[in-house]
Amino acid sequence: MLYQLSVLALVIPLIGGILVGFLGKTIGKTFTNTVTIFSVLASFLISSYILYTILNQPDLILNQNIYQWLEIGSYSFNIGLLIDNLTASMMVVVTFVSLMVHIYSIGYMHDDPGYHRFFSYISLFTFAMLSLVMANNFLQLFFGWEAVGVMSYLLIGFWFTKESAIKANFKAFIINRVGDMFLLLGISLLFSLSGSLDYSTVFSSGPMISNQLFFITEDWSVSALTLACVLLFGGAMGKSAQMPLHVWLPDSMEGPTPISALIHAATMVTAGVFMLARMSPLFELSESALSFVLIIGSITAITTGLLGLVQFDIKRVIAYSTLSQLGYMVVAAGVSAYSASLFHLMTHAFFKALLFLAAGSVIVALHHEQDIRNMGGLRKRLPVTYATSLIGTLALIGFPGFSGFFSKDALIEAVAHSSVYAHEFAYYCVLIGVFVTSLYSFRLLFIVFHGSLSEHNNNVKEPRLSIVLPLILLSIPSVFIAWPTVGPMVFDNFFSNSIVQPTSIELFGYEFTDSLHFLTHALSGPVTYIAISGIGVAYLFYIKQPEIPNKLALTFKPIYKLLREKYYFDYLYENILAKFFSSLGNSLWNLGDIKFIDNYIVNGTARKIESLSNKAQLLQSGYIYHYALMMMLGLSLFLGWVIINKIGMAS
Amino acid sequence: MIIEQIIWLPILTALIIVALGEKRSELSYKISLFISLLVFGLSVYVLYLFDPTTSGFQFVLKAQWIERFNINYHLGIDGISLPLILLTTFLTPIVIYTAKTTSKNKLHQYLASFLLLEGLMVGVFSAMDAFLFYVFWEAMLIPMFLIIGVWGGKNRIYATVKFFLYTFLGSVFMLIAIIYLYLKSGSYLITDFYYLPLQINQQIVIFLAFLFAFAVKIPMWPVHTWLPDAHVEAPTGGSVILAAVLLKMGGYGLLRFSLPILPEGSMTLAPLMIALSLIAIIYIGLVAIAQTDMKKLIAYSSISHMGFVTLGCFIFFIEANALNPETMNLAINGAMIQMISHGLISAALFLSIGVMYDRLHTREINDYGGIVTTMPKFATLMVFFALANAALPGTSGFVGELTVILATFKANGFIASLSALTLIIGAAYTLWMIKRVIFGPVKNEKINQLNDMNKIESISLGLLALSILILGVWPKPLIDLMNESINLLTLFITGT
Repeated sequence: MLYQLSVLALVIPLIGGILVGFLGKTIGKTFTNTVTIFSVLASFLISSYILYTILNQPDLILNQNIYQWLEIGSYSFNIGLLIDNLTASMMVVVTFVSLMVHIYSIGYMHDDPGYHRFFSYISLFTFAMLSLVMANNFLQLFFGWEAVGVMSYLLIGFWFTKESAIKANFKAFIINRVGDMFLLLGISLLFSLSGSLDYSTVFSSGPMISNQLFFITEDWSVSALTLACVLLFGGAMGKSAQMPLHVWLPDSMEGPTPISALIHAATMVTAGVFMLARMSPLFELSESALSFVLIIGSITAITTGLLGLVQFDIKRVIAYSTLSQLGYMVVAAGVSAYSASLFHLMTHAFFKALLFLAAGSVIVALHHEQDIRNMGGLRKRLPVTYATSLIGTLALIGFPGFSGFFSKDALIEAVAHSSVYAHEFAYYCVLIGVFVTSLYSFRLLFIVFHGSLSEHNNNVKEPRLSIVLPLILLSIPSVFIAWPTVGPMVFDNFFSNSIVQPTSIELFGYEFTDSLHFLTHALSGPVTYIAISGIGVAYLFYIKQPEIPNKLALTFKPIYKLLREKYYFDYLYENILAKFFSSLGNSLWNLGDIKFIDNYIVNGTARKIESLSNKAQLLQSGYIYHYALMMMLGLSLFLGWVIINKIGMAS
Repeated sequence: MIIEQIIWLPILTALIIVALGEKRSELSYKISLFISLLVFGLSVYVLYLFDPTTSGFQFVLKAQWIERFNINYHLGIDGISLPLILLTTFLTPIVIYTAKTTSKNKLHQYLASFLLLEGLMVGVFSAMDAFLFYVFWEAMLIPMFLIIGVWGGKNRIYATVKFFLYTFLGSVFMLIAIIYLYLKSGSYLITDFYYLPLQINQQIVIFLAFLFAFAVKIPMWPVHTWLPDAHVEAPTGGSVILAAVLLKMGGYGLLRFSLPILPEGSMTLAPLMIALSLIAIIYIGLVAIAQTDMKKLIAYSSISHMGFVTLGCFIFFIEANALNPETMNLAINGAMIQMISHGLISAALFLSIGVMYDRLHTREINDYGGIVTTMPKFATLMVFFALANAALPGTSGFVGELTVILATFKANGFIASLSALTLIIGAAYTLWMIKRVIFGPVKNEKINQLNDMNKIESISLGLLALSILILGVWPKPLIDLMNESINLLTLFITGT
């Protein structure tokens, strides 16, 4: 029963997406949104039921193959399902956010000529994301991994006549492919060690693998397991946009806003974090790999947050915030607190989807204006959007009581109690990050909604219901979701059947009793006060004394420039690396293929033959004694060859 | 008997069509479409009758041909040749079906050339006698030579001469090798060659002689430069068959001759073959990025993809516990899937370029932009083919590359890492082309007035898309078809 339901939850969005993709245009908009919304709704309800079933039967794990993909010798590659607590929670989060985005898109995409294409894409994306989280083997993981990447590619470039959009989607695909290459190599390494692609087989051979060495050269070797974990994490760095593969995510904002909420905030970009949790049986065996994860996550959390301070595009500010929060989740995985990492993933999915959709509401209300310098005072005209944005912002900065508070605090607590190499560095990064988060978040909120309303924004009004309703619906979990869930999900062993991690006492040094106690406990730490001081500074900078930021920018000009140029990563990739490889290709072609092979060898040989035949003509002189000489020469050469051969045979 | 029909039916039809003359070209179009579909039906029937649980040759037919040299008219197929025959008979009707829109000049002769070519190609894949194989192999050059030389572009004479000289030179060495093997064994039966006790030095020399022929066909660096020229000048149908089937002759030759006859020679030269494969994958991939002509780009992409075929054929020789049958199976299966898959994807891409060329008469990437605005259906399929070319999971392009990379990693992680660069390079050249051709603002007035695909184009490209998808989602049936024969092949390679 559980198996059949899981298959249904997986394929219903696929069928919806295909139906709409082929028939939507001919039948009409109502057909399109009804079919896709109901298919995602069905998937959401089934997912919730599965989660409910699993909650009542704590030891229930479904690990079943759907069909055999191929079989070569003793190797068998399958498509199959692994339904446990981790999968079930992810399914609910994915389908819920997807449902919200579907509803929201009725209004947001209403006048777009690509209406049907859009709904088809997001339903197919939902299918791809589900197949990623429901996989029971590395092959299907990789399948889902690339499939979500393709949907992201198509959706970033949704407005394909826009030069910036198709540049962004190309860039996103290529950079993700760099990560995917590492993931595939990691999978190949695990396959070569364990002879299987199934999670269960690979995980159970983990302890055996951990003693093996991988020889890079004959006398230089590394632990094979550490290498495999680092390679897998390389995949996560691409998909979850960790430094230095983060550059595609801000550019992905070229896509329609509902996509930014669904794919580039709530679901796809968290695939890397999900994968780290799924691979915890392997990562737990390699402390070096965990340290690597921790360091990359910390750097991402702090550096990308700083970039959010200097952006003027409403969506880009939120995008940098997403990057930074992804860094937090990765940090949590780095200190083995996978449950905290996943918990932050979940709360973040709700409040970040909310923030993006609210930003979309502002953008629609202002007729596709995205520059925050042209906004201000909008709270009077867009009260619902403002209220929900405020809720999302408070959740994001971890204001006491909001969902983000619990998840971020648990996560930072775990970093504080960690003993992994580089944990101190990570701790300072995440603490400073808290301040930066609340500074850029309130900067955005103050600039957009506070201050004075400009003349041409005077007639702005709240968008239609299908846009506003998802904001309200998403606000609810953004505030409350953590209260009942933080205890079981983070501190009790909710994920014990899917994740390997130390006990919560070891991890957090804290005995959980109830959420209220956790709240008061957290207030004894520095995090909340750092966050609130961030609000204070934002208030000073953007409401009280708005000239301060400009002065700071002028005083610290090099730093400001560095941030505006995004640490020159784009410059490095686009102007140096991309140029280098395309000119390398060009010179290989011109020098190698055309000059050397074609002109020198091929045509050169032809010329040589031509000149030889010209010379041969000279030999045909017509004089008999010339021919006689030639014959004698030839005959003696032949005889000589025969004699030498004879001697050779004899000896 | 049925294999014989698949070979001769199209060849005889070709003669009839030529006899019918230019005036009745509409009739000849119908006849050739019908016959090619019938031949496809016959080969599907063969698939139905084929027993995949045995490893030997099936549907064997043997008749004396030249008694004095013990040459026989000896046909038969196994799990390695059947998929390639199916590929051939599947693509020929598509090429004939679309011929009407791409080529109007002397249509009947054009169609006859493709039918002739089809019969000869199936002949190559089903010949069990080495001399017969050689005859089909050489005869195949003639219709291809005509297709490029008569219906080609401006520079077609240069391209045909280059094509002919390269392939012909290569096959001369193969003929010498075949005659040598005959002198040693007293038979032309290919499988008799497998049992010849050859010294390592002899193996190396014979291997190199075969390699000349096969490397040109595949093509491998540095004897690959004929292919981009041939593709650029060839008409659409010619490009399709050239990329989809003719290149596979080389890979088929490696599996049928080089590996089982000369396992030690192959092992000795494996490092060279692997190095050349990596050059194909990386160097040629980078060259593809620099192309401005769509057909050249896909031609280079073909060379790069064929690098995985040769990699799969040789990588297991360098594994630490060399000749592990498990790795060998994985790698050779991967090479085979890569061949079939590349056949479908390159055919689809060349047809797609043909669709655009028929409308705008240019292949320059810079002349395009914003096709999706006026040809949305076509654009959808073209993007799909491009993603398949970039080895997207769920398409056939992924299956071969995955299995070959997995096998390669078992042998050597470093080489696997280099070959995996194709994930980036392949995506870069394919999607960059898509970005400039399909997406973007409408480039000029001509593109603004384009019509989307007609019925013929939709059906042909749709069928190809469907087969690429099915093979990607469920490759098991194809593998099961080949498995036993590849098992037998591995036994010959390991010498047990």
